[in-house]
Amino acid sequence: MDFGDSPEESEFRLRLRGWLQGNNPGLPTSSTDDDYWKGAAAWHRSLFGAGFFGMSWPTAIGGQGLPSVYDVIVDEELAASGAPPRPSLGYLVQGILEHGNEDIQARFLPGIISGRERWCQGFSEPDAGSDLASLRTRADRQGDDYVITGHKVWTSYSDDAEWCLVLARTDQEVAKHRGISAFVVPMHQPGIEQRPLRMINGMTKEFGEVAFNEARVPAVNMIGGPGEGWRLAMTIVSHEREPGELGYVARYTKVVNELTRRVRVNPSGFREDQVRDLGWAIVEVEMLRLHVRRRLSDRLNGISHGPEGSVDKLLMTWTEQSLGHAALSIGGIAHGGGDDTALNTYLYSRAQSVMGGTSQIQRNLVAGRILGLPSS
Amino acid sequence: MDVRLSTEQQALRESVARVVDQLAPHAVGEIGNAERTSKLDAAVASSGWRELRLGDDQGDPLATGVEAGIIAEEFGRGLADVSFLGPTMAAELRRLAGAAQSESAETVAFTSDLSSIAIAADGQLSSFVAIDASGCSRALLLAARSDGNFLAEVDVASDEVGLDLTRPSSTLGSPASLEPSGRSISDDDLMRWTALGLSLTCADLVGIMQGAVQLSTDYASQRRQYGAPIGSFQAMQHMLADAFVMMEGSRSVTLHAAWAVDALHPRDAVGAASVAKAYCARAARDVCETAIQVHGGIGNTWECLAHVYLRRALLSSDIFGGAGNSLDRVLQHYGIGA
Ligand SMILES: Cc1cc2nc3c(=O)[nH]c(=O)nc-3n(C[C@H](O)[C@H](O)[C@H](O)COP(=O)(O)OP(=O)(O)OC[C@H]3O[C@@H](n4cnc5c(N)ncnc54)[C@H](O)[C@@H]3O)c2cc1C
Repeated sequence: MDFGDSPEESEFRLRLRGWLQGNNPGLPTSSTDDDYWKGAAAWHRSLFGAGFFGMSWPTAIGGQGLPSVYDVIVDEELAASGAPPRPSLGYLVQGILEHGNEDIQARFLPGIISGRERWCQGFSEPDAGSDLASLRTRADRQGDDYVITGHKVWTSYSDDAEWCLVLARTDQEVAKHRGISAFVVPMHQPGIEQRPLRMINGMTKEFGEVAFNEARVPAVNMIGGPGEGWRLAMTIVSHEREPGELGYVARYTKVVNELTRRVRVNPSGFREDQVRDLGWAIVEVEMLRLHVRRRLSDRLNGISHGPEGSVDKLLMTWTEQSLGHAALSIGGIAHGGGDDTALNTYLYSRAQSVMGGTSQIQRNLVAGRILGLPSS
Repeated sequence: MDVRLSTEQQALRESVARVVDQLAPHAVGEIGNAERTSKLDAAVASSGWRELRLGDDQGDPLATGVEAGIIAEEFGRGLADVSFLGPTMAAELRRLAGAAQSESAETVAFTSDLSSIAIAADGQLSSFVAIDASGCSRALLLAARSDGNFLAEVDVASDEVGLDLTRPSSTLGSPASLEPSGRSISDDDLMRWTALGLSLTCADLVGIMQGAVQLSTDYASQRRQYGAPIGSFQAMQHMLADAFVMMEGSRSVTLHAAWAVDALHPRDAVGAASVAKAYCARAARDVCETAIQVHGGIGNTWECLAHVYLRRALLSSDIFGGAGNSLDRVLQHYGIGA
């Protein structure tokens, strides 16, 4: 049992640290600023080009073929240098690695990992949120294609994406979970219209809504077989709930470091209760960092797609929301105008208990699938 | 970096769990039963689990904070009602002072709020208390002299005090002549010792949380109201899910604190342990309160084990200072303390 770096890990850490000195694009915090997202694609390509992204994925698809713990080293170094976090798309890669055939993997994974192609995830619909399996978007076979009609919403990065991973109903007759299939749909086509939505913190580049009106997708772009979309979706959401897959430790640490610096340079400028709010956020962020080290170490035994993601999601949510409160407390609200980063960090943190499955849904899963409590 | 327990560490956990499951109390009425506790005590003594922090020929501990933490956690989970923390902390103190091993079973003395080790300046002992004193006839404390703080021993009085039904504290006997032994204890020594104590109390809290969640999950699956198990009601499920998740977060910080005891500079070891203690102390109270709530009226009776977990958690929290004290240490460590 060792929390310390091995010689190889420490060599890697120093190499990354050195690289960051000349290559930190100095973007604003991802959760509060549209300017971050404008620079995000270039940052992704730069990180990938230098060999610091996709640490644990197979080399054949552009990964580095290293143990997963390298991901948390990346997060720690990105945060320490004030660089932006790594792109949050590991859950897509994990889902496609687990369920995609060789052809799908070879066609799509290198583009996702290198940042050459951008993806979004079309699962949720206006009438299918927590109850995702009740989705109504349909895909009907026509020759070599499927034709998709329906309405997706809360689709993150729908404005930038070239591809959308769409869940659609291909069989209306069977039980609702079993009639769903997954498709990789090209976004730029006449049958698709997307429109960004504005979040409560004013951002417009987080999510959007997407209308499919007889959009076409080749049948060979189906991941898994017909009716196997639900299994893929469950693998993806289980990893979408893991801070180790998302790289959020870097984002949180960057914010907590910035708040700590503010108090350090002006200790008499803050009341005790403000400093204690920050103290609890420090404790939470540190907990999450160590928890990610533990989870990624466990992957040395092989990756699991099980319900632990729900535990991690709740820990991550409590961390982000405690950090949001600290940002509000230390950063304050610019009532007379001025810098509103802290307020926007706080406002964004409210989404963490909703995205990727709400906290209530995570608790249902922990109670049923981990504690084994009887269903109601 | 690989924070999985080694095969030997897993084997240690299993053997401690076996002893605890067999010999620790399973009901409030069994606590303090002399026949059972003497068997448990004998099993613990013969395994050498209380001696892990004695020094070897080089003065290094026989085992790391991780192994000691594994034992503490299992003892907490099973509400083991024999001493462990006290003797382990006494052994560590002897090791740091380079003092000879003790002949009799011994623990350590704290200030009566339990926030720090007892340091006697003038032979006055009335404000001190020996923790985790069952079966211990002596307690170690520090005697302050002009040339430093030295290790000294006092008798433990037989009257048991305190809130934890499984780990009684004890008042100290008449002031012996505080005869110092060994080298003086440096600030770094005391920090290392504090880091070990914080990390062991965290491990105890993680075990308590696990035991309390298990107790409540079992009860929620059996107890029926409105024609259904209460564990099928979403309000109950969500409380128990939160309790489980808090325990998992606590486990992650505690593993790190246990490793840090021997692997990091004492200052950073205390920093790591303070993060862990702040997190665990806050979590453990919530989790034990949930255990009481899930049990309804029965949870508020002396006969239900839920309060035994809560009491043990309150004691482990207060030793070296609870959530608030620990947060103060965290703030100091990050350079923003008062
Ligand atoms: C920032 C952000 C980004 C997102 N990105 C994407 C994306 O890229 N792709 C995508 O497909 N989706 C995305 N989502 C959507 C997200 O997955 C859904 O919002 C979420 O699953 C909840 O669905 P809903 O909004 O319809 O709320 P509802 O399901 O209507 O829930 C409303 C409230 O009811 C509660 N509730 C519902 N069911 C239960 C139950 N069984 N037990 C207890 N309480 C319950 C919920 O917890 C919640 O508090 C994103 C959401 C956000 C906020």
